[in-house]
Amino acid sequence: MAHAAAHDDHDHKPRGWVRWVNSTNHKDIGTLYLIFAIMAGIIGGFLSIMMRWELAEPGIQIFPGLASMVYGVNGDAALDAGKSMFNAFTTAHALIMIFFMVMPALIGGFANWMVPIMIGAPDMAFPRMNNISFWLLPPAFILLLTSMFVPSAPGAYGVGGGWTIYPPMSTSGQPGPAMDLAILSIHIAGASSILGAINFITTIFNMRAPGMTLHKMPLFAWSVLVTAFLLLLSLPVLAGAITMLLTDRNFGTSFFVPENGGDPILFQHLFWFFGHPEVYILILPGFGIVSHIIATFSRKPVFGYLGMAYAMVAIGAVGFVVWAHHMYTTGISLNAQRYFVFATMVIAVPTGIKIFSWIATMWGGSISFRTPMLWAVGFIFLFTVGGVTGVQLANAGLDRSLQDTYYVVAHFHYVLSLGAVFAIFAGWYYWFPKMTGYMYSPFIARAHFWIMFIGVNLVFFPQHFLGLSGMPRRYIDYPDAFAGWNYVSSVGSYISGISVLIFLYGVFEAFRKKRVAGANPWGEGATTLEWQLPSPPPYHQWEQLPKVK
Amino acid sequence: MKRAMKKFLAGAGAASMVFAGSVAQAAQPQPWEMTFQPAATAIMSQITWFERYTLWFIVPITLFVLFLLAWCILKYRASVNPTPSKTSHNTLIEVAWTLGPVLILLAIAVPSFQLLTAQYSPPEEPKLTVKATGNQWNWDYEYQVEQPLSFNSAILADGDRAGLGKEDKAKYPRLLAVDNEMVVPVGVVVRVLVTGADVIHAYAVPAFGIKVDAVPGRINETWFKAEKEGLYYGQCSELCGKDHAFMPIAVRVVSEKQYETWLAAAKADLPGANKALMAEVDGTNKVASAGN
Repeated sequence: MAHAAAHDDHDHKPRGWVRWVNSTNHKDIGTLYLIFAIMAGIIGGFLSIMMRWELAEPGIQIFPGLASMVYGVNGDAALDAGKSMFNAFTTAHALIMIFFMVMPALIGGFANWMVPIMIGAPDMAFPRMNNISFWLLPPAFILLLTSMFVPSAPGAYGVGGGWTIYPPMSTSGQPGPAMDLAILSIHIAGASSILGAINFITTIFNMRAPGMTLHKMPLFAWSVLVTAFLLLLSLPVLAGAITMLLTDRNFGTSFFVPENGGDPILFQHLFWFFGHPEVYILILPGFGIVSHIIATFSRKPVFGYLGMAYAMVAIGAVGFVVWAHHMYTTGISLNAQRYFVFATMVIAVPTGIKIFSWIATMWGGSISFRTPMLWAVGFIFLFTVGGVTGVQLANAGLDRSLQDTYYVVAHFHYVLSLGAVFAIFAGWYYWFPKMTGYMYSPFIARAHFWIMFIGVNLVFFPQHFLGLSGMPRRYIDYPDAFAGWNYVSSVGSYISGISVLIFLYGVFEAFRKKRVAGANPWGEGATTLEWQLPSPPPYHQWEQLPKVK
Repeated sequence: MKRAMKKFLAGAGAASMVFAGSVAQAAQPQPWEMTFQPAATAIMSQITWFERYTLWFIVPITLFVLFLLAWCILKYRASVNPTPSKTSHNTLIEVAWTLGPVLILLAIAVPSFQLLTAQYSPPEEPKLTVKATGNQWNWDYEYQVEQPLSFNSAILADGDRAGLGKEDKAKYPRLLAVDNEMVVPVGVVVRVLVTGADVIHAYAVPAFGIKVDAVPGRINETWFKAEKEGLYYGQCSELCGKDHAFMPIAVRVVSEKQYETWLAAAKADLPGANKALMAEVDGTNKVASAGN
């Protein structure tokens, strides 16, 4: 910000709302992102608990009443609106958790905060662009939330096509304005991410401190660099696809309309060309965070640093050529399926390198199991569980039976809900003392970990059984035989909900008690640059650039 | 372990099995089921075998990771090992954990490609072709025989149970039973052509190991060769709107003779043909189930 720079007085912050709304400071923007992610996460989590409440027993219980409360419809109309509302909840839950919770937390939040500090830069390369990256998100989020209250199909409200928004379900299937609002929301969130990606790539390539070559750069910065490239290359494809959707809906084009020579499957190819890199976008920054935490609390350098960095590059690169493994049942040819089976299995190799390197980092270490380490070790195990079911699903022959069942739901929640989210909490508890200067209560933080660990495993492990037994996903009601495991799963979601309340209380408690954390609460294992600064770091850091040996 | 669990559950469910004798060859999900539904085609047997085969790799791998983590937690905690080693490279082990997974993946890939190829290689020319069209929210079946037969198949409404003779909820479960089943002969290759009329649906029958998307504007093809007579259930497997959960798929597999009789009668009187078939099937199954 021009006038802040003119004062050249390093802790002279703008006061009041100006500091936040006009902020060009990477730490302030990171904080905004984190607060935004927490709020979005609460809303997304609320949606999932409502769905699990509905699914706790066979029959339709909750949603007609909810629909009549929210939309003011009654009787059969409420039943119909309720069924559609369930679909709108699955859609919004996914979009919120992906675009407004995990991505803002990991990339906008932690990466914004820590990457410049870790590479010895005073701020991001384009501070004003950083500001607009963040401020595009709230309008996008408001558009998505608004879409839940406006008509989609006759008698239905909210986008009910799933986050994959396949046409014709998302075109002729839902002519109302809800889908247009959602498309616009994704467009804006995508633009926000592309700007962020450009900022990170430029920052990391040009603003590293003297002596910090790429091969000396901390792994979190590496993970964000790879993630930024994935964003930059994949999001424009999504933007193209949803623009085609928008013109199909409103301007008479027929990219995906078979009656006029279009093809609905084309959209799926475009969507998953974005969608598969997207799942790595969600998890890669988590890989970086976990690497730091494992090394810090084992008091050892990361094992096989170069292997770890290039494993992420490999995962990112191969991630672009496996998209149609989401489409084995769409009628793609046998040879195409053979190729995508092969390419998908290849990803297991660099992923395996990462898992084993984390364990090797712990091996021979002097490990203290403080809160961030609990989350990181939990991450390794749960991500392994989700990873090995991914290897199963890679096989088209087997996926034929599992596609669109709860087995897939279990798999991607093990890698995302238990993988990415555990990495986010690991990062939160690792950097919270650095970002705020306060130490949280380890007791509350541990309670949060254990209750959440039990809760999410109860939610998602039984879903493997439901999937094998044949229960399709995105169902508001299911045959009575599926009742048992569904009940267990729902109980797990209530427990997970309680753990989130404990998390929020822990944050509140830390700010109230104001226990001073000190510059480095984690000891000699914490070697990256952020631990050389006071906690919280000064408003502008590295006015004298650190020298990296 | 899983088998023991299933035995236990089967025992617990024995009482209900008495009147559900004809579906002892379970063609529908079972309470607390932890595995695939029993296979009714060779392809599904192969899928089931392959799934168990992959478990022989992934369960030990997961346990191995868990064991290594536990080892680190016990042996390398700060109180036990106060001085950390400084090792951060070991080329040999890094090569090993790159090549090891490659070998495991090869071991998975070989039967995986065999299975995939088998799914696209019906053992003989199909004797019957049925076109299944997904609508919001029911299915149309069109038998491509000399005098084509087509009918609609929708979820069984509770009010219609008595009229259709489908009051037995164990045999005609809620959300799985339909008014008019797709009827096919046992032991022959049936080709299913699948398309969608409005949005994308997916035609799936778990016991047959088939699932294929019903996409407007294109016709996808799959096939199955049912080995056992019985009533097999599936559900729409691609999100298609508000009643996505309420458009089940039911396939009744009968002897070739019963099928021919049904087909001849169905053209004139579908409900009558269905009732006649049900009466005959239930009669023969009572005899057959005694031998089980």
